[in-house]
Amino acid sequence: MEWPGLFNYWIVIFLMMAGLYVVMARANLIKKMVGLSIFQASVFIFYLTMGKVAGGTAPIVIPGNPVYSNPLPHVLILTAIVVGVATLAMGLAIIVRINEAYGTIEEDEIDQQEHDS
Amino acid sequence: MITTHLPALQIVVPLVSAPLCVLLGKARLAYALALIVCWAVFGISVLLLGQVLDNGVISYRLGGWAPPWGIEYRVDPVNAYVLLIVAAIGALVITYAKPSVAKEIGSGRETLFYTSYLLCLTGLLGVTITGDAFNIFVFLEISSLSSYVLISLGQDRRALTASFRYLIFGTIGATFFLIGVGLLYQATGTLNIADMANRVALLAENRTVQAAFAFMAVGLAVKAALFPLHAWLPNAYAYAPSVVTAFLAATATKVSIYVLIRTYFTIFGPEFSFEVMTLGPVLMVLAILAMLVGSTIAIFQDDLKRLLAYSSVAQIGYMVLGLGFATVLGVTGGMLHLFNHALMKGGLFLALGCVFYRTGSVSIEAMKGLGHRMPWTMAAIVIGGLSLIGVPLTVGFVSKWYLLLAAIDSGMWWITIFILVSSLLAIVYVWRLVEAAYLSPSPEGAPSGEAPLVMLIPTWVLMLASVYFGVDTRVSVGVATRAAEFLLGAGS
Repeated sequence: MEWPGLFNYWIVIFLMMAGLYVVMARANLIKKMVGLSIFQASVFIFYLTMGKVAGGTAPIVIPGNPVYSNPLPHVLILTAIVVGVATLAMGLAIIVRINEAYGTIEEDEIDQQEHDS
Repeated sequence: MITTHLPALQIVVPLVSAPLCVLLGKARLAYALALIVCWAVFGISVLLLGQVLDNGVISYRLGGWAPPWGIEYRVDPVNAYVLLIVAAIGALVITYAKPSVAKEIGSGRETLFYTSYLLCLTGLLGVTITGDAFNIFVFLEISSLSSYVLISLGQDRRALTASFRYLIFGTIGATFFLIGVGLLYQATGTLNIADMANRVALLAENRTVQAAFAFMAVGLAVKAALFPLHAWLPNAYAYAPSVVTAFLAATATKVSIYVLIRTYFTIFGPEFSFEVMTLGPVLMVLAILAMLVGSTIAIFQDDLKRLLAYSSVAQIGYMVLGLGFATVLGVTGGMLHLFNHALMKGGLFLALGCVFYRTGSVSIEAMKGLGHRMPWTMAAIVIGGLSLIGVPLTVGFVSKWYLLLAAIDSGMWWITIFILVSSLLAIVYVWRLVEAAYLSPSPEGAPSGEAPLVMLIPTWVLMLASVYFGVDTRVSVGVATRAAEFLLGAGS
């Protein structure tokens, strides 16, 4: 397969690594959640890519003899997207509570406060 | 008629009842509902285990769609056993919960607690019962999301940061698992575990399958808090409400270990996991490190919930060590320890919940003289502690005995040294507790008196069970051996 054929997978790997790096390297909790979302999004793209058949169309009955894409991974990832949204909402809700309790959402300042108490 | 639908009821009953708890609105009604539901779920799991032991594997087709296209619930000797453990702990902990929840979580949020609890139970049971790889991910996230809520209900503000950290770790772990499932789907074109297992067997040299294995193994190791991926566990256990700690410690990591077992032995098969991917040495080294490091750190903890949390890290090491042998004896030891640890750790955290209920603290300071002030609670803690060490006549001894046998049987007698050293370290941290409780005088004006009976009875049920199964090993060893033989292909 020629070079652009694996283009999507390179994007997946790039986003996955970028997301994980943001989660690890950033001290700001919101930025961590953003990184986590990027990481999850990379997996969504991964699933979408693997179901796609070049030149394939949506799996509906149409006359002729069309090539269909595999709809199953797309449906699966719909579920995973919902899970991702729930995780993001949950994370942000906890961040709001952390901000109320500590007055900051910077990880190093929170660690400092926990260490002092 | 209804008995054919038991596998679906096992999941649907708690799932549907969870939102009802919020709608009921009153803490007392929500508690009553959760109590009935949890015991019903326990009853279902007992019936399921009976059916499996009598008639063999149950395959339930959700919505009537035949596998591998539809989602299949598959109950075999392995997960019927895990279902029973999870449901039994779930029922006992909810029985205990009322006074503890009222005190630690506070009015207004109690109904939310019962809802999250039922959802978490649904997720854990779902992970265990399902025969569909993607379905495992979905249930894993249901249980994880609800356990983040449960942990963040803790009184200490550090519960929030612990919950957030668990959320980050848990999501990364679950997403790794999802990547693994995706890669496997690419290679095999199926999501049904039984179907997948047949096809993976022919693809041992396939790079995609090997990558899938690596992603799933790492992702699940995070969820199971296998050393060195345990960083989320100590704070989450230490700052969560007592009830939540007892429930999660006895079930959540166990279910993750169960999924690890499924992945290693059923999906990929022992040959692929332990010969092609040479998983054995990796697991054993990590397990031994977990045993030694976990026990050592536990010695220096002043907060007893933290102490027991680090001890859990060590005990997870024992379970994984058993799996690492990949022999019937080793896996029996691992499965047995899964059951036994659920009993003793569940009981210990419940007992600490009693202490917290009465004294408002679980530091080693608060334990001083507790042997005289709360004799029944403290006696339960001592039994649990003896079991952690592995004293004969307790369950801890039985599973360690099988691990020792497995080590000698595999010709790796030097592993027995590490098991013994780790047990010696356990003596040190359990002794610290006993010394404070029995040999130190009570501080002036310390609160005295037992926790309510509704809290003491479930604690003692678990403790007596841990003594009973330490003496009469026929049932527990029998079921664990059958499960191990099934996993290693001897009994299928």
